[in-house]
Amino acid sequence: MKIKILFFMFLISALILGACAPVEVEEPVVEEPVVEEPVVEEPVVEEPEVEEPEVEEPEVEEPVVEDPIADVVELRFMYYADGVEAEVMQPLLDAFMAQNEDIVVLLDVVPYSTVDEQLPVQVEAGQGPDLARITNFAAFRGLLLDLRALVSNPDYYQANFPAPVLNALGYGGFPDAYTVTGPFVNQTLFEQAGIDLPGDDATWEDWTDLTQAVAEATGTAYAIGIDRTGHRVAGPAMSMGATLIDANDDFTIDTEGFRAFVDLMKSWHDEGLMPEELWLTGDALNNCIDWFKTADMVMCMTGSWMIGGTAADVGDAFDWLVVPNPTGAGGSTGIAGGSAVVAFADTEHPEAVARLMEFLYAPENYAAFSAGTLALPAQVEVAQTGVDFDSDNPSVLAALSAFTAEVPKLQEQAVFLNVHPFAFAYYRNSASRIAQYLAGELTLDEMITNLQSDIDTAIAEAGD
Amino acid sequence: MAELSKTKKYESFFGSIGHAIVSGFDVFFGSIQKITGIKGIPYLFVLPNLLIFGIFILYPMILNFVYAFTGGRSFFPDQRTFVGTSNFERLFTCENFLLPNTCREDLFWRAVHNTVVFVIAQVILMILFSLITALILNRDIKWRGFFRSVYFYPCLLSPIVVGLIWQWILMDSGALNGILTGLGIGKQPFLVRANWARFWVIMVSVWAQMGFYTLILLAGLQSIPADLYEAASIDGANKWKAFSNITMPLLMPTMVVVIVLTLIRAVQVFEIIYAFTGGGPGTATLYLVQFIYNYGFASPNRQFGVAAAASLVMASVLIVLTLAQLAARREESY
Repeated sequence: MKIKILFFMFLISALILGACAPVEVEEPVVEEPVVEEPVVEEPVVEEPEVEEPEVEEPEVEEPVVEDPIADVVELRFMYYADGVEAEVMQPLLDAFMAQNEDIVVLLDVVPYSTVDEQLPVQVEAGQGPDLARITNFAAFRGLLLDLRALVSNPDYYQANFPAPVLNALGYGGFPDAYTVTGPFVNQTLFEQAGIDLPGDDATWEDWTDLTQAVAEATGTAYAIGIDRTGHRVAGPAMSMGATLIDANDDFTIDTEGFRAFVDLMKSWHDEGLMPEELWLTGDALNNCIDWFKTADMVMCMTGSWMIGGTAADVGDAFDWLVVPNPTGAGGSTGIAGGSAVVAFADTEHPEAVARLMEFLYAPENYAAFSAGTLALPAQVEVAQTGVDFDSDNPSVLAALSAFTAEVPKLQEQAVFLNVHPFAFAYYRNSASRIAQYLAGELTLDEMITNLQSDIDTAIAEAGD
Repeated sequence: MAELSKTKKYESFFGSIGHAIVSGFDVFFGSIQKITGIKGIPYLFVLPNLLIFGIFILYPMILNFVYAFTGGRSFFPDQRTFVGTSNFERLFTCENFLLPNTCREDLFWRAVHNTVVFVIAQVILMILFSLITALILNRDIKWRGFFRSVYFYPCLLSPIVVGLIWQWILMDSGALNGILTGLGIGKQPFLVRANWARFWVIMVSVWAQMGFYTLILLAGLQSIPADLYEAASIDGANKWKAFSNITMPLLMPTMVVVIVLTLIRAVQVFEIIYAFTGGGPGTATLYLVQFIYNYGFASPNRQFGVAAAASLVMASVLIVLTLAQLAARREESY
């Protein structure tokens, strides 16, 4: 019996030791790449010779030769998309990885709300990705990787992007698209209603009356709508005379223009011209383009980044166009904006990240992204050369021209808003407070007082 | 005979294996016990659970206190400045607590008001529907097992799924409005009118959780001896008298547990509502946990201090409710 017990104890001991065994087995596996590293590096160095004729961009390849990275590194790229951006980005990343076999880039496509709500916390906690596509330029102040010391040609980088944007980003990335807000109009519905489109000097009140008439004549559910965000509200408010950002760069909500436009929105809401769900349901960004695409809305105030998605979804179901921003006491202005690709300071692979950044903002790659996504370029060289957009759809080309024509009309504050260090304090708080006003929870005065208080508190806390 | 001897052989073989394993454990823990002593060994057994509790519950709780008494936007406690009770003062600075708009943090008080109304209405309806369902399912009806499963099924669904399904049903272009339009009644503003939204939020949360409480009440009903009803019937008691004099008194201990559990879960409501209405229209269905989430995480100007202070306020309410449950259970055991 004792022998049996000893035997089984031996058996159990063997099992316990066996459980530990994989650690020993794994060690050579870990070591292998170290031994093979020079072998991996060789093709990387050789590649430029093979691919030179295809890429035609010496700046991309230089860092590979000059500053080879010892290990195969993995970069995580958090990415949101309004339309086809991820589909256009992935082939570019594939091309980059083919040229840089020592770098693997994983594109994590997430909803916009993840970038808006979760990414700042992840980054601050040191758990963020290496790169991300963002819209809130000021949200990551002090947390981005200064690319100037890492890219092979910092002068080119600084000279080819708008200085205010690079400053707002702390030189931690580059804008991948330049956007302008403006209204989309269903041209077919106007034609069916027998109503002519108004001229460039039409006001928001004119458009309200006309779209209402079109909706009534054609049996369309809604006349007009505007995305649920303070960003989209800012343009019409400035056009109606609002000085949202004063001479001291402070936010001032209580202006005639802001009151006038929010009041106009309230009338859209109360008279059923705008879907109530657009502003009253959810707590985040809602887009009016969803109603526009199904021809349930005559006019939708959104922005240039919606061109690609609208063209793809509407197809030839109806004709649509982008019209100039309606005029008012403050002129006619949309809001400049855009998205940016940024690198985080916490990355363990700054050289690899810088290499990827250089690849993405190289003119031919940047142009390919603009062309594929139908986005206005923010890269100076690409803008000067022009982009051969991947579309022969006349609505798309006309929309791109219409938005380009909006750029010179932008007010100074409309350009500054998106790079204002505290723009974040205005955007979301304004959407929530305006929604409360539309729901009848607050009066206009209360809404303005509360919104100003929200912004002041947020700025005071951010300065702590 | 040969079979029997074979079986004994197997028994002896597997018995030896079992004995060996137990002996192995004995050797292992025996040697540890020599180090820790007989009094120390129980602590070793609870250590894994203590570690999980410490890391995932105790440590975050301590952090919550740190955040509640510090200010600034930094995520790291050591980079935050001590502000004393100012986060609580901010929450409780109010001219009139019944008028949220007179409060400095008006959204907090809107959330408090909404939560109080939601808790009262939801708990009453939850108990009522669960009790009625349990009473019906306790009867000898056809397909009783099937119906028990049907009522429990929503409890198995993710709260986010429940919220989204009901949003699709009740939205302007949703299924219910489609049916109403087809019937000529016309669309109803289910999710864009404050009172409609509050009504549906309560009904959907009752629908989603009712099965769980029905099951508890059903167990309570089945523990009531049937001979009591037989005796009452012989004494000439009608159904209402049997219900009011036998069922309810004997079900009361279970009922108290259900009430307290429902109360606690109602105060904690978040996921369903977040997916269903997002707190809207306006702030009509903004409840405490969503307020905390918005201030701490969803808002670009994250205010961890205020969010942590609000969560401590809510924790105090939950502690009171939990103590009530413990007291009720103690009473039940007496």
